[in-house]
Amino acid sequence: MKIGVFVCHCGTNIAQTVDVEEVAKAAAKLPKVKFAATYKYMCSSPGQALIVEAIKEKALDRIVVSACSPNLHEKTFRKCLEDAGINAYLVEMANIREHCSWVHRDKLEATRKAIELVRLAVAKVSRSRPLEKTYVPIEKKVLIIGGGISGIQSAIDIAFAKYPVVIVEREPSIGGRMAGFDKTFPTLDCAACILTPKMVTVSQNKYVTIHTYSEVMEVTGHVGDFTVKIRKKARAVDLNKCTGCGACFAKCPVKVDSEFDMGLGKRTAIYVPFPQAVPNVPVIDREHCLWFQKKACGACKKVCPFGAIEYDMQDEIIEEKFGAIIVATGFTQFDHSVYGEYGYGRYKDVITGLHFERMVNSSGPTGGKIARPSDGKSAKDVVFIHCIGSRDEQKGVPYCSRVCCMYTAKHALLLKEHDKDAQAYVFYIDIRAAGKNYEEFVKKVQDEYGAIYLRGRVSRIFEKAGKLIVRGADTLSGAQIEIKADLVVLATGLVAQDDAATLAQMLHIPYDQNRLFTELHPKLAPVETITNGIFLTGACQSPKDIPDAVATASAASVKALGLLIQDRLEKEPLIAKVDTDLCSGCKACVTACPFNAIEMKEVEVKKLKRKKSVAEVVKGVCTGCGNCTAVCRMSAIDLEGFTNRQIIEEIEAL
Amino acid sequence: MKYAYYPGCSLHSTAKEYDLSTKEVASALGIELVQIPDWICCGATPAHITMHLLSIALPVKNLLQAKKMDSCEVVTCCAACFSRLKIANEFMKRDPEHREKVEKIVGEPYRGEVKVRHFLDVLANVFGLKNLKEKIVKEIKGLKAACYYGCLLTRPKDVTGFDDLEEPHLMDDLMKTIGVEPVKWPYKTECCGASFSLTKTDIVLKLSCDILQMAEDEGAEAIVVACPLCQSNLDLRQGMINKKYNKNFNMPIFYFTQLVALSLGIEPEKLGLGKHIVSPMALLKKKGVVV
Repeated sequence: MKIGVFVCHCGTNIAQTVDVEEVAKAAAKLPKVKFAATYKYMCSSPGQALIVEAIKEKALDRIVVSACSPNLHEKTFRKCLEDAGINAYLVEMANIREHCSWVHRDKLEATRKAIELVRLAVAKVSRSRPLEKTYVPIEKKVLIIGGGISGIQSAIDIAFAKYPVVIVEREPSIGGRMAGFDKTFPTLDCAACILTPKMVTVSQNKYVTIHTYSEVMEVTGHVGDFTVKIRKKARAVDLNKCTGCGACFAKCPVKVDSEFDMGLGKRTAIYVPFPQAVPNVPVIDREHCLWFQKKACGACKKVCPFGAIEYDMQDEIIEEKFGAIIVATGFTQFDHSVYGEYGYGRYKDVITGLHFERMVNSSGPTGGKIARPSDGKSAKDVVFIHCIGSRDEQKGVPYCSRVCCMYTAKHALLLKEHDKDAQAYVFYIDIRAAGKNYEEFVKKVQDEYGAIYLRGRVSRIFEKAGKLIVRGADTLSGAQIEIKADLVVLATGLVAQDDAATLAQMLHIPYDQNRLFTELHPKLAPVETITNGIFLTGACQSPKDIPDAVATASAASVKALGLLIQDRLEKEPLIAKVDTDLCSGCKACVTACPFNAIEMKEVEVKKLKRKKSVAEVVKGVCTGCGNCTAVCRMSAIDLEGFTNRQIIEEIEAL
Repeated sequence: MKYAYYPGCSLHSTAKEYDLSTKEVASALGIELVQIPDWICCGATPAHITMHLLSIALPVKNLLQAKKMDSCEVVTCCAACFSRLKIANEFMKRDPEHREKVEKIVGEPYRGEVKVRHFLDVLANVFGLKNLKEKIVKEIKGLKAACYYGCLLTRPKDVTGFDDLEEPHLMDDLMKTIGVEPVKWPYKTECCGASFSLTKTDIVLKLSCDILQMAEDEGAEAIVVACPLCQSNLDLRQGMINKKYNKNFNMPIFYFTQLVALSLGIEPEKLGLGKHIVSPMALLKKKGVVV
């Protein structure tokens, strides 16, 4: 065995604190080490060339690179070994930067520690075995959970590359939150005008399948081979027979608050949420339908000319396989009823930004009239309050919801456009308008639309003589402000969906203290998750405006396509391996495995002439976490790359 | 039901009628109030604007006195006393640094173990409104009153914690029980100016005027309070307010205990009603509560 040790200076990162020459000198004296060298940047091309040449010239068969964390450059050096013609897994890294030079000051001591770390790595590599990569097939289909603007964009991108994609949307129509918006900032494009073409595109694309009124129930498997159970809730209307003529809801006698119109308008019990819904097929709300409640009415079934109404339709559960999953489940609105000082959500004329979107929409419940929900009178003095729930550690969430400053500015503008006599007052903490043309937009709202911006919080809202008295502070002038308002619009923040944690657990992806899904790396892998093959887009990861949601949607699609385009999926060989002779079949490993990667199988024991039950690692699923090796009482499971032999050798070298 | 009673300075002076009516209500309901022997200042304004440590050490001294009694809980009527005693308990429970200093001053260990209640809390939550209803002999009918809680009774929430922070309702519930009609009004927890009464009277006049105006606007014939400072600002200063702001208020300011006592059939003479600056007698006669 001929081991080569390569010590990196990492510029001054290591060399300043660790005497790298001393380390190389000491390494050269270790048993089996035939060559030791230092170089300024081992990861640079000349550094790598140095390793390749040394392997060839000195016939080295094991390598230790004494440099940074293996997280950063292990792959680089494995490639070096491959280039030099030896097995890529015969390299060990001794981390003398993060674990040594960066955390110590005393050069003598640090050098001593670096030598120790190298000694351990040499001991470990001496027990390394050549390993081969494994390959698994890929199901060439993508699942998108959520049919809002993020999900729609992802689907369009994937379908464009001619790969099949399935959207699962919980609501009766795709479109998500954006479908309910009036205009979009800062360009004031009509939201429906730019969204609905995308909705139509996606619904007409032959590579896209859309399951609306459906939910993901269960996800098993792993990258390249996910098995997903989807519950298609019974809409009681046949998707194929229905033409969307609307005869049914024209006759339905039930009137309930419309969710799409935020309770400002009514809908029937059989309904499409909005006119441009995709699919344009109604659904029956069983909780309010007279047929389902009392076996009465039945008007919709009578009037449907196509026989599309099926009262006894049942939920259907389908199972499909996918290679990758894009999570696009979006956000929900912060519930402002925790603010007692703003009336605990009880004042009818204290509404949220989403209510305002519907109200200001000319095809909305008020026909575009800015009207007080309490009495329908037109609202002249409108107070907008920023940061409801956002940036409030006591009652809400600590983070900034990013879009509220902008949508409030938009609302103030639209208010003036709808009624030139109306006046907007905006209470803000800071104005965060960091986007292309955003600051200009806010400025325009202030200068040209006369919105009065007041820097401060509102301490109290109460009703008096038909008005809402809004009390607050203007911290710039130091004055107390009292405004007699007709309407108050709260800029409620964006928070995770109520069931976000459940979905994250189902998908084995992490989420943070705010139940927002966690990306693999906040800067360098913003749409990936630690679970291979599962990607994030839109506000389920953090609050996002439409451009950001669309950008992350395309990013996630590219990541998914990058997987799908492979013939087969390369898997690292650093996984667990069972010695069936030693395995007692106790199943401790099965319980310990967080990925369901261990199954039991029967094997023939020739010596005893009987069968026994032993553990078997499912190759494609094992992530090499090592839990099973730690719980195995028989030492029957070994983790490749971290075998018992390697670890013991390392310990003995200490 | 037995409590260590902490009256505080106001109830022995400007709010004598609060003290009288509280004791009357308690005895009529069989709630035994045993005054804490040798009680001292609660640590309110004069102390806490002087020295933070003093404002904790004083109430702790009182609480230690109460601890030595056989009744386990302290009850108080003054919102400021209530606040000081509760806040001192919080510090002694949670802040080891303060605890150490205060224990040195008072010479005894204390960890905030003596429970403190406001008398409103005792009536509404411990004795219970249902039980109270059974004891009522004479409902006070047709009186529209604004229940005014003031700033200290419900705040800070983590310390007081017996009623809703922004929209308290226990006094309203209590008033409804005895027949009074509480009006819906938004100023339940506004500031009356409190102890600025002497040093910056103008502030008190403005703030208390706003409160009186709001009560009147919302149809109240009287205001019901649970704090001697609120009572004194709204009652004692009413004349000055009328003069300064050209108003014509004639709004009696009751302690909730006075009205409860009347509903329990206690003679009006025992309740210190004559001590009010704005006499409530005409209103009470009009409503047939007194003859």
